[in-house]
Amino acid sequence: MTRVNDSNADSGDVRSAVRFEDVNKWFGDFQVLRDINLDVAPGERIVVCGPSGSGKSTLIRCVNRLEPHQTGRIVVNDVELTEDVRQIERVRREVGMVFQTFNLFPHLTVLENCTLAPIWVRKVPKAEAQALAMEYLERVQIPEKAEAFPGQLSGGQQQRVAIARALAMQPRIMLFDEPTSALDPEMIKEVLDVMVELARSGMTMLVVTHEMGFAKEVADRVVFMDEGEIVEEAPPRKFFGEPETVRARQFLSQILAH
Amino acid sequence: MRPSAPPPDQSLGALGWLRANLFSSVGNTLLTFVGVALFLIVVPPVVEWAVLEATVAGTTKQACDGGGACWVFIKVHLPQFIYGFYPEAERWRVNLAFAILVGLVALLFIRPMPKKGWIAAFTAVVFPFIAYLLFFGGIFGLPVVPTSEWGGLFLTLIIAGVAIAASLPLGILLALGRRSEMPVVQAVCTVFIEFWRGVPLITVLFMASVMLPLFLPGGVTFDKLLRAMVGWALFAGAYTAEVVRGGLAGVPPGQYEAAKALGLGYWRRMRLIILPQALRIAIPGIVNSFLAIFKDTTLVLIIGLFDLLGIIQAIATDPEWLGYAVEGYVFAAAVFWAFCYAMSKYSMRVERQLNRHKQGV
Ligand SMILES: Nc1ncnc2c1ncn2[C@@H]1O[C@H](COP(=O)(O)OP(=O)(O)OP(=O)(O)O)[C@@H](O)[C@H]1O
Ligand SMILES: [Mg+2]
Repeated sequence: MTRVNDSNADSGDVRSAVRFEDVNKWFGDFQVLRDINLDVAPGERIVVCGPSGSGKSTLIRCVNRLEPHQTGRIVVNDVELTEDVRQIERVRREVGMVFQTFNLFPHLTVLENCTLAPIWVRKVPKAEAQALAMEYLERVQIPEKAEAFPGQLSGGQQQRVAIARALAMQPRIMLFDEPTSALDPEMIKEVLDVMVELARSGMTMLVVTHEMGFAKEVADRVVFMDEGEIVEEAPPRKFFGEPETVRARQFLSQILAH
Repeated sequence: MRPSAPPPDQSLGALGWLRANLFSSVGNTLLTFVGVALFLIVVPPVVEWAVLEATVAGTTKQACDGGGACWVFIKVHLPQFIYGFYPEAERWRVNLAFAILVGLVALLFIRPMPKKGWIAAFTAVVFPFIAYLLFFGGIFGLPVVPTSEWGGLFLTLIIAGVAIAASLPLGILLALGRRSEMPVVQAVCTVFIEFWRGVPLITVLFMASVMLPLFLPGGVTFDKLLRAMVGWALFAGAYTAEVVRGGLAGVPPGQYEAAKALGLGYWRRMRLIILPQALRIAIPGIVNSFLAIFKDTTLVLIIGLFDLLGIIQAIATDPEWLGYAVEGYVFAAAVFWAFCYAMSKYSMRVERQLNRHKQGV
């Protein structure tokens, strides 16, 4: 191999924000992830869907190593995830996550929720962190609640704060694990609107969701999982229009029946 | 906005209150009568003994000729109850140390106090050394007062204070260790906790005072009080650890995950996110544990230290004052109760303050 090819291989690393290579994971004897290969380019928006228990959450939780994988490689922004805690924390600084159950810190105000990690992890001076947090709170349209505690907010408001909290770390990648599943119908839209706006801004996003409207509107690619495998991977138009596998067709008919 | 209607009037009037609270049913009525009867049986004789027929004036046993309590006994011996055998001329040192402590705590009570963290740190870290130097002496021309002369309420507060102050940080570390993902740390903490929880406190104190010197190389001596306090603190730490562990388990897993996902390292996750929530949950248990620690200091009596109860007991057997042990015990009970009640009240205040974020949920 020539040197040119070598450096091409290197810049191949740079071109993917997240890369899974033959990743396998087990919970005890139960295999949750099977030979996962997935390459996410910077700025790409991926929607992950699939039946319950298919391993979607596990897949995206591997990206910031909330779950460790057992075999294969996961590389995030050129950093490989291993046992090494410093590497893990380096990755987590660049990867924001939004959870189904919001997981705001109940003992801190909304503003404190959004400034805590920038101050302690990124070492941003407090005043600057607050200004930045206010900017993101404005972006998710909830600046007036800065001094409130999470328990005083509605679900939709809490989830928007959770998004602002993740964004305040100025991550390069955002992970969403069913961000609207715990919300009442009338609040789903306010959260999706924020996510659509974020997608338009060019953020790299991995989103587990059953909101097919969102997938159609913003996804570059839909990844369909079943029983721990990536069964199908296609642009939304193709995935929803003419799914290739029987399993995907079954899944879609169930989803759309709702 | 539509103006809201005034809330309905829910006051009952005196008669209504009585009916609703004391005579609402046959059972309730019965309970009310039993309660009143008990009150009439117990309270008048106690008041008679403790107040109406009690003797307060005078300085000798002979003054006590009424049928009631002889508070003269307490009055005459009060300095000993407070300071033990601490030399009279040096007692100002004890007073000064406690005055400083009261001052510091008072500062911490002021709500908008600036630099509160520093004052708290000073109280926790620097003050103990100041107090020790004052109590023990040996520098600045202060004569040495060996710990064998310390006693009374003063000693009770020292032992309890040290055990309580040491038990919380120790308990937190042990609880974190027991939940650690590192098998060695977890095993060490688990064994440590289970060991201390499985051994009666009396045994610990005996071991500290009698057995420990046997294991130490010849010539090395440890002050008896210090040994007892170390044993006491480890014991208390193990108990507090389990209470804190309960609090840690009460923090939802999502909190750990959110903190991790933000890139916070282990100690920051614990300090900023997990412990503030876990300790809030654990406050009632922690206070319970503190009260037990405080009251159980009376056990140091058996290794020859004279805490408040110990010194009362010793003086009550003085032939000069034979027969007034009851007054002594009532006094000891009252003092212990006052301190415990204050602690309990204070903890409620802290709990209310810490739970402000729950308002309006
Ligand atoms: N900590 C765990 N220990 C053991 N098994 C687990 C654990 N977490 C998940 N699993 C199992 O792994 C499988 C995949 O779980 P995962 O949460 O990734 O599914 P999912 O696709 O996100 O499902 P859902 O749509 O219900 O959220 C499930 O069968 C689940 O029971
Ligand atoms: Mg899931």
